[in-house]
Amino acid sequence: MGLLTLSSPHTHGPNSTSKVMATVILATLPGLAVITVLFGWGTFINVLLASATAIASEAAILSIRKRPLAFFLKDNTALLTGVLIGLALPPFAPFWITLVATAFAIVFAKQLYGGMGNNPFNPAMVGYALVLVSFPVQMTTSWALSTQMSGQATLGFADTLQVIFSGTASLADGFSGATPLDAYKHLIAKGTADSVLAEATFNGWLNGGWEWVNLAFLAGGLVLIWRRIISWHIPLAMLVSLSLCSLMLGWDEDMYTPLSLHLLSGATMLGAFFIATDPVSASTTPRGKLIYGAGIGILLYVIRTWGAYPDAVAFAVLLMNFAAPFIDAYTQPRTYGHAKAKRGLPPKQR
Amino acid sequence: MATKSLRDISLDGLWHNNPALVQLLGLCPLLAVTGSVVNALGLGLATMMVLVGSNFSVSLIRNHVPDAVRLPAFVMIIASFTTVAELVMQAFTYELYEVLGIFIPLIVTNCAILGRADAFACKNPIIPSVVDGFTMALGFTIVLIILGAMREILGQGVIFSDMQLLFGPAAANWKIELVKDYPDFLFAILPPGAFMAMGLLIALKNIIDNKLKEKAEAQKAPVEAGTKRVRVTGKIS
Repeated sequence: MGLLTLSSPHTHGPNSTSKVMATVILATLPGLAVITVLFGWGTFINVLLASATAIASEAAILSIRKRPLAFFLKDNTALLTGVLIGLALPPFAPFWITLVATAFAIVFAKQLYGGMGNNPFNPAMVGYALVLVSFPVQMTTSWALSTQMSGQATLGFADTLQVIFSGTASLADGFSGATPLDAYKHLIAKGTADSVLAEATFNGWLNGGWEWVNLAFLAGGLVLIWRRIISWHIPLAMLVSLSLCSLMLGWDEDMYTPLSLHLLSGATMLGAFFIATDPVSASTTPRGKLIYGAGIGILLYVIRTWGAYPDAVAFAVLLMNFAAPFIDAYTQPRTYGHAKAKRGLPPKQR
Repeated sequence: MATKSLRDISLDGLWHNNPALVQLLGLCPLLAVTGSVVNALGLGLATMMVLVGSNFSVSLIRNHVPDAVRLPAFVMIIASFTTVAELVMQAFTYELYEVLGIFIPLIVTNCAILGRADAFACKNPIIPSVVDGFTMALGFTIVLIILGAMREILGQGVIFSDMQLLFGPAAANWKIELVKDYPDFLFAILPPGAFMAMGLLIALKNIIDNKLKEKAEAQKAPVEAGTKRVRVTGKIS
């Protein structure tokens, strides 16, 4: 009988890619539930549609590339991409927007670069950015209002299906409207903070709207940190830099969007905990993660405040994805046993 | 320089050494104006006129221009032909000229044209040079038109719109609406879409090339088994 002598380390990882991704998907569920309760069924339908599209396009491309289908589909990465796109898109977005965004994310941003683990950009945000720049009208007019914001119950399931699939957008009249970030940015030019906050869009402010969605995503994100799925570096750096920018540059509520709106409206928390922390396209070294997260926070503030778009998580994350390899190269930690950290590009690449 | 047959020259221009797909020259107009078939065709024809003319003239003076000043001389020739093309477009297709705007004068800086002058026309007689210019420009134009068609279909759901700019009023109803109520797909209409479509075309060409290569390998006569006698005496040259 031969006794197998194993050398250390004797630890074993309970986390496979599949499990990690499944945990992340589970952690988005509180957010999804809150959106569905407050804003209606739109996002729920989008998430289902986007997930189905993501898995179908992943399977199609894998079979063209002659890769094992079951092995790659079981890792749940395509499913997560679909879920994130579904959460990011406006609730009343026509079904083809979801299809285009998801298929583009999987086919172009992920599989054409070599599939799981090889994509330089966050696939979900590539898909979202594509439809955001391509279909500006549908992407800005399809946001739902919460019960508090519109003063009536949200649109029913059957009606929402009809809005999404048959394009009868008129059904959604009265149930859709500008997001708080968008409204504040445009209204503050002609008014003061008090007059803007008196508008109908802000009826539910801190009282049953976007802030609960963001708090739910924050809770889901904290679970991820607790489960050691993500580290605290990127979300914290991003939120701190966004707050500092807002406090230093936009302290005047009568001119700029206030900090509370920056943190608890739009896609801030979803972006900080679920999108910026993508293990493939984000920075990987501890110091690099801080720089990467801070960069996203700064870009987020800059684009939200001075850019043409009301929210900017997709653009900020994609721009920092560009910089992630560079940041990684210059923030390598010192390896134990070496006097100095090896930083910068290896000599042959110079 | 070994002279190539006209067939090889043509194949080079159209496929093996296609300026747009292989040399990746002239990308600026390629990406900027391929929003529709008519724009692509217009720019392609103008480029063809300039390229054939410049190859012809450069070949004509190839033995009289000292090497040191050849590039300025070529550029002068190309600039003259571009001016001619510009004036012709102003005279006959004024609206298309307005649409294409700066990209017509910019043909001067199209590296594909200077490249052919320096790499081919100044070393070859007139007929091969003209054939080279024509097929290179044709290869370029075909890629432009395919890109234009892809972007027009993806971007607006129509094809062959505004053809009257080039072919007169009779062509106004050539427009085919492929999808009713198509929402404008801005990504395909704007230059980033051209980058993506271009990448897809290059990938397609590589796939076809690989398939052809595999086929050629498969058709090669199998290596004969067994030993063969090799002549070892006498003069081996």
